[in-house]
Amino acid sequence: MSAQQTPKEIGQISFGLMDPEEYRDMSATKVITADTYDDDGFPIDMGLMDPRLGVIDPGLECKTCGKHSGSCNGHFGHIELAAPVIHVGFAKLIRRLLRGTCRDCSRLCLDATEREEFEDRLTRSRELGKDLNDVTKAAIRQARKKDVCPFCGEVQYDINHEKPTTYYEVQQVLSSDYPERIAAAMEPDPDDEDSERVTPQELADETGIAPSRVNEILSGEFRPREDDRKAIEKVIDVDLTEEDMNKLMPSDIRDWFEDIPDEDMEVLGVSPEKSRPEWMILTVLPVPPVTARPSITLDNGQRSEDDLTHKLVDIIRINQRFMENREAGAPQLIIEDLWELLQYHVTTFMDNEISGTPPARHRSGRPLKTLSQRLKGKEGRFRGSLSGKRVNFSARTVISPDPTLSLNEVGVPDRVASEMTQTMIVNERNIEEARRYVSNGPENHPGANYVRRPDGRRLKVTEKNCEELAEKVQPGWEVARHLVDGDIVIFNRQPSLHRMSIMAHEVVVMPYKTFRLNTTVCPPYNADFDGDEMNMHALQNEEARAEARVLMRVQEQILSPRFGENIIGAIQDHVTAAYLLTNQNPEFNETQALDLLRATRIDELPEPDGEDEVGRPYWTGRSIFSELLPDDLDLEFTSSAGDTVVIEDGQLLDGTIDEDAVGAFGGEIVDTIAKVYSNTRARIFINEVSSLAIRTIMHFGFSIGIDDESIPEAAEEQIDEAIGSAYDRVQELIETYEQGDLESLPGRTVDETLEMKIMQALGRARDSAGDIAEDHFADDNPAVVMAESGARGSMLNLTQMAGCVGQQAVRGERINRGYENRTLSHYQEDDLSADAHGFVEASYRSGLSPREFFFHAMGGREGLVDTAVRTSKSGYLQRRLINALSELETQYDGTVRDTSDTIVQFEFGEDGTSPVQVSSDEEHVIDVDQIAESVLDAEFASDAEREQFIGSQAEPTNLSEHEAEWRIESDD
Amino acid sequence: MSTTDYNPIEKFEHVDDDIAAVVEDTELPRRLKTNVYETIDERDGAVTIEQADDIAKAVESKYLETRVDPLDPVGTVSAQSIGEPGTQMTMNTFHYAGVAEIDVTQGLPRLIELVDARKEPDTPMMTVHLEDEYAENREKAHEVVWQIERTRILQLGDISTNVADMLVEIDLNEDTLRERWPTYDDVVDVADEIAATIDNKLGVQTRRNGPVIEFGPEEPSYRDLLQLVEDLREIVFKGLEDVSRVVIRKEELERDGETVEEFVLYTEGSSLGDVLEIEGVDASRTTCNNIHEIHRQLGIEAARNAIIDETMNTLEEQGLDDVNIRHLMLVADIMTNRGEIESIGRHGISGSKESVLARAAFEVTVNHLLDAAIHGEVDDLDGVTENVIVGKPIKLGTGDVDLRMGADTSGEQAD
Repeated sequence: MSAQQTPKEIGQISFGLMDPEEYRDMSATKVITADTYDDDGFPIDMGLMDPRLGVIDPGLECKTCGKHSGSCNGHFGHIELAAPVIHVGFAKLIRRLLRGTCRDCSRLCLDATEREEFEDRLTRSRELGKDLNDVTKAAIRQARKKDVCPFCGEVQYDINHEKPTTYYEVQQVLSSDYPERIAAAMEPDPDDEDSERVTPQELADETGIAPSRVNEILSGEFRPREDDRKAIEKVIDVDLTEEDMNKLMPSDIRDWFEDIPDEDMEVLGVSPEKSRPEWMILTVLPVPPVTARPSITLDNGQRSEDDLTHKLVDIIRINQRFMENREAGAPQLIIEDLWELLQYHVTTFMDNEISGTPPARHRSGRPLKTLSQRLKGKEGRFRGSLSGKRVNFSARTVISPDPTLSLNEVGVPDRVASEMTQTMIVNERNIEEARRYVSNGPENHPGANYVRRPDGRRLKVTEKNCEELAEKVQPGWEVARHLVDGDIVIFNRQPSLHRMSIMAHEVVVMPYKTFRLNTTVCPPYNADFDGDEMNMHALQNEEARAEARVLMRVQEQILSPRFGENIIGAIQDHVTAAYLLTNQNPEFNETQALDLLRATRIDELPEPDGEDEVGRPYWTGRSIFSELLPDDLDLEFTSSAGDTVVIEDGQLLDGTIDEDAVGAFGGEIVDTIAKVYSNTRARIFINEVSSLAIRTIMHFGFSIGIDDESIPEAAEEQIDEAIGSAYDRVQELIETYEQGDLESLPGRTVDETLEMKIMQALGRARDSAGDIAEDHFADDNPAVVMAESGARGSMLNLTQMAGCVGQQAVRGERINRGYENRTLSHYQEDDLSADAHGFVEASYRSGLSPREFFFHAMGGREGLVDTAVRTSKSGYLQRRLINALSELETQYDGTVRDTSDTIVQFEFGEDGTSPVQVSSDEEHVIDVDQIAESVLDAEFASDAEREQFIGSQAEPTNLSEHEAEWRIESDD
Repeated sequence: MSTTDYNPIEKFEHVDDDIAAVVEDTELPRRLKTNVYETIDERDGAVTIEQADDIAKAVESKYLETRVDPLDPVGTVSAQSIGEPGTQMTMNTFHYAGVAEIDVTQGLPRLIELVDARKEPDTPMMTVHLEDEYAENREKAHEVVWQIERTRILQLGDISTNVADMLVEIDLNEDTLRERWPTYDDVVDVADEIAATIDNKLGVQTRRNGPVIEFGPEEPSYRDLLQLVEDLREIVFKGLEDVSRVVIRKEELERDGETVEEFVLYTEGSSLGDVLEIEGVDASRTTCNNIHEIHRQLGIEAARNAIIDETMNTLEEQGLDDVNIRHLMLVADIMTNRGEIESIGRHGISGSKESVLARAAFEVTVNHLLDAAIHGEVDDLDGVTENVIVGKPIKLGTGDVDLRMGADTSGEQAD
């Protein structure tokens, strides 16, 4: 049928149930045999692997469409079920329909006004996009209240649903022991002495039944009719009924549903032209094509079938047995058993995780993965195969640092570059180039792997045919050439938490096996080099490449939309080096100064800052750093080292350059350059700062060892003293507490107060230990330099290394767990002292005692658990947020709308300001005064610069930082 | 001042018609236009019309640079900007840096709670600001405290059961009574009132003897006696049922540019509607951390603001205060877009999406597909997820552009 022709583009998708006839129409064959392959390994005709259902083995031809495996999508078959079975997915809806419709005329038990009301509510719900089920449920509830059908007057019974797929009609019928019940009720009440026995005559009088009939009833010869029964029940206050469960077979239900009129279905929100209710009861079962359940040939030549095939085998077997038994006239009981078994197999075929039903299992005991399980969950069809697809032209390997690369670049191993290709359309201008690629063959690096002739034929380039093929290449051919320097690729590290996790880089082909990247792009990817791997994707059309270059390149992502400041900048050693270079403002002779700047584009030194004793000129660190700044930069801010940084006309006059100036996450200078100048200027600046920094740190040398944390004996004693006095204070607190004199803080119990006070005292002890230790460290101590500059570590880390590790905490409290009333068996019970509850007096340098070590490990473990829990929780939060907000987009009129054009905001963030350009804490972003100053002073070097400044000429898009180099190359 | 009657020529000495025309011609908002006039005016007429034009254009281009681009997928960016710092937050629930005495859920659990739009937060609390003299006078402030904080019998005196006479005896502490009912002159009246409340609530006959109140079950029964004590403990004599504790703090607040010292109340448990009625409470500044309560009492716009404030506070508490508030606004706006608070997730926004495929791809896949079949739904494939599924370009960002531009406007290219 038309199923063979899959449309090129899908316009809309319509959902509905299928008519059994439709199943038969689209079926390629009826399946009647439960076997798959015969002894020779050929698929059995009308079996589950019938070649008309599609082919999976290479070389065979599909009997329906004539295609081979790979191009044949497969075709559905069908099984004629011996008896109707219920579709589990609709079990609840079937129950609702049974309850809401008349058992005789099948009409929905709602009168005209009620119908109208629910129809209105339904349209309203549909318009508002609310859940239709709320309305339809209410409609059913209303219909269920009717005891009698408003149309045909038939009495309605209650429907019991036994999960998953059995339905009963509950009727009140006369119980079999009615004479005894009546007789018992006529006896006088033994508790009440006044009551008398009711005589049959009295009963007859009061119920209005003939006395002779009463006697017959009492003797059990006559079953009272409905109204007589009610009369008797009323007079002598007795219940003569019992529940009768009448099982509704799927065939009964199907008959019932067939009569439900279309109009009634609409009230229930069911679309009658697409889904008739009787289609929820299956008479024909579609058999998925073999391509959807391929069998695998194991190493030993045995075939292993897919779970779905196993399930289908079960269904066909039972179906076959059912038919045989019925034809042989087997007793009803056996038929019903088989029917139930068939129902079970069809149910588990659809969903094998139904509660209350044992899941169908594989021989090994593993539950089968049937239709629902294939769709559900993270690895299911929807999330695993449709929303997330696997792609070609991608590579993954370990990353390692390379400070010689620009932050825009990525080092790609040659073996990756020769596997991933770019399509080159040959024309008169590039034909020489194209031939060169092809003649290099697939093995030598700038080669080609495939060529495509204009007639669409794709030829593989091999070592043997490459020379020959190169000759043949003509304009109009396509050459799949290797990646070369300057190609744009997409680079990504998981988890991709924000948009800077996927950025475009320019390729630099390199030897060896790792991806190389500049260390300054670690923060946006959150990457380090302890074995991290990253993915690369080669772009396959010009549109994608242009988009990647203009929008996704690293330099375009320097500013983070989260906080509106730069996320790329100097890190770690860069920061340390910048600090060393500018903090004490050291002096350098010419050789040294030129060496520091040699990796930058500066090739001439400025005027020297002075001369040393021997008359040789020197340059200070700050003026060397200033060389990297834009000439007209003016800036003033406070550094994290605490001094004021003053930059005037691109000269660093005063202050220390550190994390706050050039660091990632909002380094002032980088941020200002990116916003005021351009992303290109910012990229150049960051690259040069890191190059300068690396030269600088190589000049000074920087290392840290255990001796850098040692403090003099005297200081150790001071620390011991400080901790000792804290111990005394804790002891004092415990004593006052034990005497009951401790005053509780408002809203706290005495116990809590004690804990808080002890924690405070010990916290102070650690801090003072830290202060003492800090006093004994020189300013050039590497740990101090790192902490001060913000490169790595903090004063707290230093305190813990040199002074005292401090209180270990689990759940924000001192450690209280372990044995009964004590943490370890080393302590007395109820010992409240500091060391019994995880106070670590030692420093990391001096080493922890075994008990301290244990407490420390407890605190450490909590941290690990916390991280593990947090990642999963925040991952889910992120997924939900993205799912809820993903459709929102700003429009040309400034509004924020979703894809169905609902306005969510009239102006993004109430003022239409971009979060990328404006950091969260800035109020006034446009300095009109400064702009006016620039215009009036007319300090533009050229007209073009002026035009660019006033914005009448757009800033040129920087295609590549190596553009200039390429120009020269192509001119040759 | 409305934009129509704004006349820069009158207002600024050195601004003439031409300059005004040049400036008014830009796309700048009023605030920046005024700023430009001021700047030009300050230069005392030294600005030529050409320069004025340049200034206006330069300011305009700088201004337009800071605007969001049309077709920017701001939703995804905002979601990422809130979700990404989530990985850096702590799971540790308690300890509120602001008010040490009150434990409040913090960090990631609180963020999840907000985004889930839970009916009741884990730790409900209110911040009650006071008016006029109530804010300045500690005693007056305490009057409000006692009207808010739930007072139960255990806080008023000792209860003892006299098994011999089958009596419950309450020995009221007169000092406490005086403290908690500061408006009453005589403690006896308070005791009477308490006795009356007990009569009412428990349906017993009480006898009062000075500060001692006695009562017992109608028929002597040990069980009834204990039951009475149990019930007695639950009676709220004063204050709001849901507020278990009130902490009073003196705080320095900015008001009209001045620093004012005033008393602020923090409560454990919340009941915003009732608190707003109490005399002395400044209803304009009092809030609670239950967004649904704010929605009920103050409406959807207030709820939107509450969501923004609460998420911002949660982030700030974790030192992530640099997250741009615009992202939080977008989340709050989508949560309140339909006029009621919707959660972010399968019971809220994601579950009420129009597209079947989008819903199926999010959670509870199979049920959405079955329902879609029954209702005969049609997926028009407008959204993002659907188009990813069918393999079409998504209608966001560069995928939403139909316009193509000429390669070069200058026409110099031909050679």
